[in-house]
Amino acid sequence: MKFKLSKLLAISAVAATTALTGTLAAAQEQFVPILSYRVGAYASGGSGFFGGVIDYFNLVNANGGVNGVKLSWEECETEYNASRGVECYERLKKKNGGAGLVEPLGTGIAYGILDRVAVDKIPMTTLGYGRSDAANGKVFPYVFPLITSYWSQAAGMIKYLGDKAGGLDKLKGKKIVHLYHDSAFGKEPFPVLEAYEKQLGFQLTKIAVPHPGNEQNSQWLQIRQANPDYVILWGWGVMNAVAIKTAARVGFPREKMLGVWWAGSEEDTIPAGDAAKGYTTMTFNTPGNYPVIDDIRKKVYGAGKGNLADKDRIGSVYHMRGITAAMLWVEGIRNAQAKYGKGKVMTGEQIRWGLENLNVDEARQKALGAHGMFPTIKTSCEDHEGSGATKVQVWDGKAWKAVTPNWVMGDRAMVQKLVAESSAKYAAEKKITAACAAG
Amino acid sequence: MIYREAGQFKTSYEKDSQIFPIAQDRYAVVALLLIAFVAVPLMATPYVFSAILIPFLIFALATLGLNILTGYAGQMSLGTAAFMAVGAFASYNFMLRIEGMPVLVAFVLGGVCAAIVGIVFGLPSLRIRGFYLAASTLATQFFVVWCLTKVPWFTNNSSSGVITAQQIEILGFKFDTPQEKYLLVLAIVAIMALMAKNMVRSTVGRSWMAVRDMDVAAEVIGFRIMRTKLTAFAVSSFYCGVAGALYAYCYLGTVEPEAYNLDVSFRILFMVIIGGVGSILGSFLGAAFIVLLPVVLSVIVHYTGLPNSVTSNLELMVFGALIIFFLIVEPHGLARLWQIGKEKLRLWPFPH
Amino acid sequence: MQFFFEVLIAGLLSGVMYALVALGFVLIYKASGVFNFAQGAMVFFAALTAVGLQEKFGLSIWLSIPITMVVMVALGFLTERVVLRPLVNQHDITLFMATIGLTFFIEGFAQLVWGAEVRKLDLGIADEPIEAIMNSTGMLVSKFDVTAAAICGVLVAALAFLFNKTKIGRALRAVADDHQAALTVGIPLQHVWGVVWGVAGFVALVAGLLWGARNGVQFALTFVALKALPVLILGGFTSVPGAIVGGLIIGATEKLAEVFIGPLVGGGIEGWFPYVLALLFLLVRPEGLFGEKIIRRI
Repeated sequence: MKFKLSKLLAISAVAATTALTGTLAAAQEQFVPILSYRVGAYASGGSGFFGGVIDYFNLVNANGGVNGVKLSWEECETEYNASRGVECYERLKKKNGGAGLVEPLGTGIAYGILDRVAVDKIPMTTLGYGRSDAANGKVFPYVFPLITSYWSQAAGMIKYLGDKAGGLDKLKGKKIVHLYHDSAFGKEPFPVLEAYEKQLGFQLTKIAVPHPGNEQNSQWLQIRQANPDYVILWGWGVMNAVAIKTAARVGFPREKMLGVWWAGSEEDTIPAGDAAKGYTTMTFNTPGNYPVIDDIRKKVYGAGKGNLADKDRIGSVYHMRGITAAMLWVEGIRNAQAKYGKGKVMTGEQIRWGLENLNVDEARQKALGAHGMFPTIKTSCEDHEGSGATKVQVWDGKAWKAVTPNWVMGDRAMVQKLVAESSAKYAAEKKITAACAAG
Repeated sequence: MIYREAGQFKTSYEKDSQIFPIAQDRYAVVALLLIAFVAVPLMATPYVFSAILIPFLIFALATLGLNILTGYAGQMSLGTAAFMAVGAFASYNFMLRIEGMPVLVAFVLGGVCAAIVGIVFGLPSLRIRGFYLAASTLATQFFVVWCLTKVPWFTNNSSSGVITAQQIEILGFKFDTPQEKYLLVLAIVAIMALMAKNMVRSTVGRSWMAVRDMDVAAEVIGFRIMRTKLTAFAVSSFYCGVAGALYAYCYLGTVEPEAYNLDVSFRILFMVIIGGVGSILGSFLGAAFIVLLPVVLSVIVHYTGLPNSVTSNLELMVFGALIIFFLIVEPHGLARLWQIGKEKLRLWPFPH
Repeated sequence: MQFFFEVLIAGLLSGVMYALVALGFVLIYKASGVFNFAQGAMVFFAALTAVGLQEKFGLSIWLSIPITMVVMVALGFLTERVVLRPLVNQHDITLFMATIGLTFFIEGFAQLVWGAEVRKLDLGIADEPIEAIMNSTGMLVSKFDVTAAAICGVLVAALAFLFNKTKIGRALRAVADDHQAALTVGIPLQHVWGVVWGVAGFVALVAGLLWGARNGVQFALTFVALKALPVLILGGFTSVPGAIVGGLIIGATEKLAEVFIGPLVGGGIEGWFPYVLALLFLLVRPEGLFGEKIIRRI
């Protein structure tokens, strides 16, 4: 009896899927599945990011699509949960002529579909999260940690702190606390920070905060006791607001705190209230207003097609990240069309090539109405990251402001060496022969 | 009429002690296995394999494990995912560190490691009962995940703190496609389910039930409480451990310890309760219900055309409401519905 | 030594915050034997409603709190009517499961009505060190924590009064002791349960406001339930004073362990340490600190 029910439902699911593909298939549309999360603990970030993606897609379509090819998409709720995310990916990957690319915005889901995207030949971008060593396109041909990875970020942090102290050599003897979310995510920057510790001679103390991090009295008392020069906050979710508030409570100056970019959105500072004033974080977007955002306001929200419920969130950190992601995808698609045929729907494989040969320089950024919104990007088979640059921003009590006028770049050679080592290990474990994909 | 055991006489002890003493059950099980092994692989799409059937079978196995502990031995646990994690990470390390380790043996060894951890964390059950025990098993959940995150050896010093499941190869045959993985999972689950079905009617199973119903009484009539409870923990954790290894090897591929978080533990507990506490069949029904319901709901709400911020929340609300509804309609789980159905079939079409 | 006391005091004050959440669990378990998993979701829903009313209708905080109170009490009564009444006399685990279903419903409902954004909640109590203590001893004691502890004290006193001195309190205790006996002597069981759920809703509101002011009003408020569970195990599921004492013990030992043992083993032990501590304690006293001794007969 035990398989009867599953069987029955399996058949109905098949029927449902075939019905779906039959009715919705449209010939000249580039399909992108959107694995979003709008419910649960991380919904505020998810709604901002995926809102940005959809807003940009709508803008592209309002402007006539990519060389005439309109974008189409379908959302699927993942609840930031690995197995729900995998199901969504599997459900949508073949729909409407096949997925062009995918972005789950969640580490667990990204890992769950890491092997699958290589088999299905669908490129996956992981903007600012996921495996740092995936920047090596020879081992991870279908994964693109575009703009920067955690390792580049950690290197950028040290560079910034060094500049602030008056030169990297001035960090010698300084105390830096790495306050991290006690998970794979929080431990990711260890290799970079430890390498720098050896090289520059500062004193690194690592303090873990157990998930979810809604109580940090003991950690901050430890920090007060250690009296460090800087605190790196490698947090996620509620942990960030609580860290800022608790820092205020023990009287640790927020100016000396430097957050990771997942600790650098309105969602992290607003709940902390006044305590967050002066708090700095890394980011890969320059906060501000850009022509493209004005366009979205006018053409998308003006037409009543805006995705965000609250218009005040247009141009917020998560929203801008979503726009950036969508912009880079569209560039990848446009790139692929230039090679494989303008005005045609691209396959995942072709878009992979497009993403691997991105070149968004300042001129291109200007044309897109996003000059300086994100660092210039030039990807290649060896470098799926394409930049590695980061920026530092500060919360002035109402909005984020850029601190560094230029992009901050850490020790690129060191990061690349770590990437090469770590990806080689992965390749050995998985028995992959590292090589550039034919394009 | 259809389901009638009248006229089936047991003429030997072997016949009397078969797993499925009623002929109809036997035929049905054989038919189901045939369908699952032959018909499904021929018909289903890769989506159904990799997004529905494989997770369904894996969760069913974990549910079976928890059901042995909760349903048969009466010990409630909220640490199921931790045992799954032990199974997965142990299997990974056996595969990694021992040259030429057969993957099936690694799964079994992973299960054994989980069983050992289960025995250690089962010790408090000798003193603690009910919700006190349930809440204490959270210690297992948090401690194990913490340990796997903290000790780099478990993840082979991976800088991202994740493990990547090795290629599954049995006797030179590689399991790559969803279909092949499905067959592997199905075979393991089918064998283990039959073993469980057999176990719960053996001496061990009966001693579990005696302890569940009244441990003091069971002790008085000569059951050794400690051994009984600890075997329940060991067997249950073994099942969960194997399920955890399958979850990593046949489903997710690359996993971080966080993939086995508290949510997964709760989800498996739902499956036990919705399916039916103390029922092997219920484990499958419960797993099917909890795996499929969100998918079905999300497909349905998708057609309502409402914005996603609304549908996502509606999905969750309907999910919660349906759980309550099912509990009110049938507090003993879906397995009980099946039983009622069987009773009806026995009389049909002449109910009087 | 001064540092030790500082950690200890911070721990005790955190413990009070845990106890606040634990109280809600105790109330319901005591009166109906239900382990109410939805308590965390109720805390979230209460805080979100209080803030949402301010935001959407421009109400002042002092107007939105009483309205939220009404909403929470109504939710309590509704839960009793729709979820629990049809499940009277069912197995513990079934009731537990029903409250999990309720959790999903409330979580979805809360975000559906008020949106998923993260908000701040300002109660007008500064989360800063008290200067007098700071100057005399050099120790940091937050004003907010002291206020929270005082509120918690008042709440416990009120609950103790309710349980021990009022008619409804006596009915509650009777129901807690034996459902059937209580029914026999004419206590309206359903009515009593409704009251208990209403009171638990109110406690959730207080916890939601204090935790929300501290962490921001966001979904993660549901996680505070995890902090309350070891308190419950330690203090006993059925004891109001147990929740407070358990909270203090858990809070203090958890902070001390994290600060003094944590660095030796890599830190982050706060997540599981309280559970292990409670577990070890249970091995000595299986019914918790103040729980009712269970006498098992055949």
